[in-house]
Formats: sequence, C-alpha cells, structure tokens
Amino acid sequence: MTTSPANEANEPHETPWSLWEVFVRSSRGLSHVHAGSLHAPDAAMALRNARDLYTRRNEGVSIWVVPADAISSSDPDSKGSFFESPQGKDYRHATYYTKSEGVKHL
Amino acid sequence: MASQNLQSVPAELSPEELEREQAGQAYFDRIISEDSRIEPRDWMPEAYRKTLLRQISQHAHSEIIGMQPEANWITRAPSLKRKAILMAKVQDEAGHGLYLYSAAETLGQSRDKMTSDLIAGKARYSSIFNYPAISWADMGAIGWLVDGAAICNQVPLCRASYGPYGRAMVRICKEESFHQRQGFEILLELSNGTPAQKQMAQDAVNRWYAPALMMFGPPDDDSPNSKQSMAWNIKRFSNDELRSRFVGMMVEQVKVLGLTLPDKDIRFNEETKKWEHGPLDWNEFKDVLAGKGPCNAQRLERRREAHDDGAWVREAAAEYARKQAEKEYAA
Repeated sequence: MTTSPANEANEPHETPWSLWEVFVRSSRGLSHVHAGSLHAPDAAMALRNARDLYTRRNEGVSIWVVPADAISSSDPDSKGSFFESPQGKDYRHATYYTKSEGVKHL
Repeated sequence: MASQNLQSVPAELSPEELEREQAGQAYFDRIISEDSRIEPRDWMPEAYRKTLLRQISQHAHSEIIGMQPEANWITRAPSLKRKAILMAKVQDEAGHGLYLYSAAETLGQSRDKMTSDLIAGKARYSSIFNYPAISWADMGAIGWLVDGAAICNQVPLCRASYGPYGRAMVRICKEESFHQRQGFEILLELSNGTPAQKQMAQDAVNRWYAPALMMFGPPDDDSPNSKQSMAWNIKRFSNDELRSRFVGMMVEQVKVLGLTLPDKDIRFNEETKKWEHGPLDWNEFKDVLAGKGPCNAQRLERRREAHDDGAWVREAAAEYARKQAEKEYAA
C-alpha cells in the first residue's frame, strides 16, 4: 500500500514503533506459544505491552518478545518441495507396523 | 467460482507472471474449496485482500471508537466494583482493537496509515457507536444488546478463511461473553429495583434495540458484497440470517429481565423456521454511516484529541529507546 505524497504532508512525522511477536507460556511445564504481535519502541516496552495485551486474565507465567524482522521463515512458495522429504515415509509412524496388533504393551 | 468475475488480470503481465498468477489463483481456489485457511504470505486475489483489509480495519476502528460511550461512564459508575468492571471492559475493547489492527497489518497496511485514516474521517466504523449513552442503564443495554449482537456476528468469523482474522476473533469472542453477561446483570438489577430504575432499564432497551439489530448490516437484498464474502468463506451466514437468530435469543432473554422489546411484530415464522422482526429505519442507518449520526463528530474529535495528546508519550518512548540502544552500542 502506498501513501500519496499529499497525505504524508498532512501528517506529523513520527517514526513508527517496530513490530514484535509475542510468545506466552501459559503454565509451568508448557512451551511458549505464539499469542500475537504488537508495536513497541524497545524490548522493555514490548514486554509491558505484551503483559497488558495478552495476559489480562492470567493467561501466562512467562512472556517472550521477539522483533518480527529477526524471524526467518520458510518460503511459502516452495512449501511443496521444502516439506517433501517425509512424504511416502509412512514407516516413520508407529501405525505403519500392523503385524503386532493384539500384542499387549507394544 | 464467483471470485473469477472480480479478477481482471492486468493486460501488461508477462507470460511468466501470468502463469504465476494463474497458479496462485488455482492454489487459492483449492484452499477455499477445502475450507482451509489462507495465511499472510500466500498468494491471494487482490479483491480478497481489499475486502479483508476493509472489513478488519473497520472492525478494529469500531473497537477503538467503542471505548468512548463506556469510558464516558467510568467516573459515574454507581459503585467502586462497577467502576473496576467498566474499566476492565474498556481495556478489553482497546485490546480487541489491537488484535484486529495486527491482523489487518498482515495484509500490507501499516498501523499508522489505519490510525491516520480513522482520524481524518476517511475510514468507517460500526454505526452503533454514534449513538449517545445517556444513562447508567445504557451500560447495561450496550453490554446486553450491542455486545450480544457483536457476539452473534463474531462467532462465525472465528472460522473466517483468513487465518489471522479468525485467530483474532477467537480471542475476542472469549472475552466478549463477559461483556454481555455484565450488561445483562446491570439491566437485571435495575429491573428488580425501584419503579424509576426499572423504567430507566426499559428506556435504555427501547433506544438500543433497533440500532443493535442494524449492526448486522443492510438486508440481504441490499448487501452487494455479502455474496462474494460468503463465497470466500469470510462470512458464513447472511446479515438477515444472523439478525433473525439474534432476535430469537433476545426474545427469551428479555423475559428473564422482566422487560419488553420495543417491537410488536416479533414472531416465529413456522414455515421458514425463522424469527421475524418489525421494520427497521434503513435511512437512519445510512445517515449514521455517512457521518450524520448524533455523535459522529464528537467521537472522531475525541479520538483525534487522544491521538494528539499522546504524541509526546510516543516521542519520549521512541527517544528513550534510541538512547538506550546507543548506550548499549557504545558499551
């Protein structure tokens, strides 16, 4: 999306706060799970904002904030080939082995 | 698919680009037909992106403007407990706005652009928030009717085909049910109070009923975008379908409140198995959307003030962050 120059001229110039991704551990023993994102000028404010935004109802005992631009992700256009290797390798699952059906504790 | 007639492929595409567009469209169509989810980095038709961006940003603006009618009553709430509850609710509305702005940003629009569009009066938000909240009972009617209608609308949106929108809606719906229940309790307590308190509750219900029904949007035969949104699995039910369901729920709940709905035409149609209601003033709806509602100017002015008054806080925080980063770099 582009902003027209006329539009930009009317607005006071402010540097936008950067984007952070928020991960919340809901209780001890569980991993941090992605909760959402927010804007903040630095890590300390990102943590405070994350607390106010994502744990208003005791949803967490620990929070991670990560600058969104520090995350590397797989290319969505190559999803087929990138995840190809496990295809056809059913023998990696326990359900592949059927001869042991009925045998106890196996 | 119905999406095809909106998809005019620009003529200047090279053969490779055209091929990529067609492959993208085929992939998109398959995901939609499997009722799966589209994620931010997937190829999507430009019209789908625009529709979502419009819907999600309007929804976010509604949450943010929606803080005002209620914040207006925080200082006058009749007890400390009710003040605390109302503050929690207003804080939730801010949170909902932020979840939705995040979802909209994934479609390529910056947060600042959305904020400046709202303040400049270029963006729309739900017509309901342009009505005044004139008594304490309005806090009850807003919670029960307005949040009730919002929930009815939003539960099916948890399954919207765009992943970030659906995820934001799941979070919002969990929190909205507290809002509706607290509104119901305010009305119930007033209804069981003095005759004057009961009258105040009835008056609030009378004023908020029709605007709440109109929150579902224009009737199906006057809602040109609905069909496409349903084909894209953004919307799951039509405006009239959701409105009819809502009326059916309210008819039962108002009995528990000991109040009445200001609509003598409500009936259950045995043939269609749907609830029907009396006529609504759609000219009023259009006027309010066009900025001629009782509070449009006041709501935008207040939002603009809040944004301008907060400028020094944003600047100070950004400057502090810059200096801290410099110090760290030097050390």
